[in-house]
Amino acid sequence: MRYIEPHAHMVSRTMDDYQAMAMAGCRAICEPAFWAGFDRSSVAGFYDYFCQLTEHEPKRAARYHIAHYSWICINPKEAEDPQFAREVINIIPEFLKQENVLGVGEIGLNKNSKNEAAIFEEQVQLALDHNQLILIHTPHLEDKFKGTKLTIDMLRQFGDIDPGRVMIDHVEEHTIKMVLDAGFWGGITLYPESKCTPPRAVDMLERYGDSNRLWMNSACDWGVSDPLALPKAILELRKRGFDEATIDRFVYQNPVKFMQQSGIRFLPDA
Amino acid sequence: MVELYFMDARSKLIDIAAFMDRVERSGETGDYRYREFVKALAALDAPDRAEGVLNLLSDPSEGPLEQAGAGPAVGAYNKD
Repeated sequence: MRYIEPHAHMVSRTMDDYQAMAMAGCRAICEPAFWAGFDRSSVAGFYDYFCQLTEHEPKRAARYHIAHYSWICINPKEAEDPQFAREVINIIPEFLKQENVLGVGEIGLNKNSKNEAAIFEEQVQLALDHNQLILIHTPHLEDKFKGTKLTIDMLRQFGDIDPGRVMIDHVEEHTIKMVLDAGFWGGITLYPESKCTPPRAVDMLERYGDSNRLWMNSACDWGVSDPLALPKAILELRKRGFDEATIDRFVYQNPVKFMQQSGIRFLPDA
Repeated sequence: MVELYFMDARSKLIDIAAFMDRVERSGETGDYRYREFVKALAALDAPDRAEGVLNLLSDPSEGPLEQAGAGPAVGAYNKD
């Protein structure tokens, strides 16, 4: 079955993963900029990473006939040094012009600190100034509820923001309603332990899927994660009696609808 | 739903029971993560249980922190 992986950190994955995803029906992968597992020490390190995302990774994906798109930002985990973060933000605009860049992301909060909030707001403004889509990371575990509330409160301060152009990712049962009620898109992340299992993701789609502002993703990276989490969720949807057209809406049409707002040629044949 | 998920849920319920026995045997019941875990079980007595458990394990404070704390999130917030 065709599907789009709207959030995967493929720089941390092997070619075997690309092959498995292609064989499972993956047509496109969208890769947000993220924390590498260690803090980078220079702006040049970020520049190289952004080049890897926009130039090198699409070539790896193309070997398996998967389209590859990326999101550019400095992630919240490296935003605790605001001066350094601002130097990185200065190099982002040149990447936003590229034809395979979807927008600014994944920005947001990690530990809900004031510095993280300041850099988040500056990157939201950057996105608005360049008419970009926004992809937002919400904090992990015990920090998620508070961080999601803070994120929505900050976004509301931007009078000119269109919530239909903002994806708030990693929602769970305690945050999904506040995200959708505020008009934003929500991403459900399928993680073996720290986020959602496929049955829980399907529970949320049963309750909120009619919003047509939800997608699922694996967010696979260098940690414990599963690049085939989405095909497994598709099986779960079938077990729960969803028809193929509805499943296609969740795993293909919804992501296409959101990404095509970017203005780039996102899967032009979709 | 019961046909589909009972055996999986049964297995997880026994895992939780075994985890609690294990922590008790190791004398770690005072660890705040365990204490918050036990408190979160109360959410099983009301509707919207998944949401309730997640809320009980969450940081209930408001407003951003002065500084990001060291180390990763651990899954429970020490409310004591």
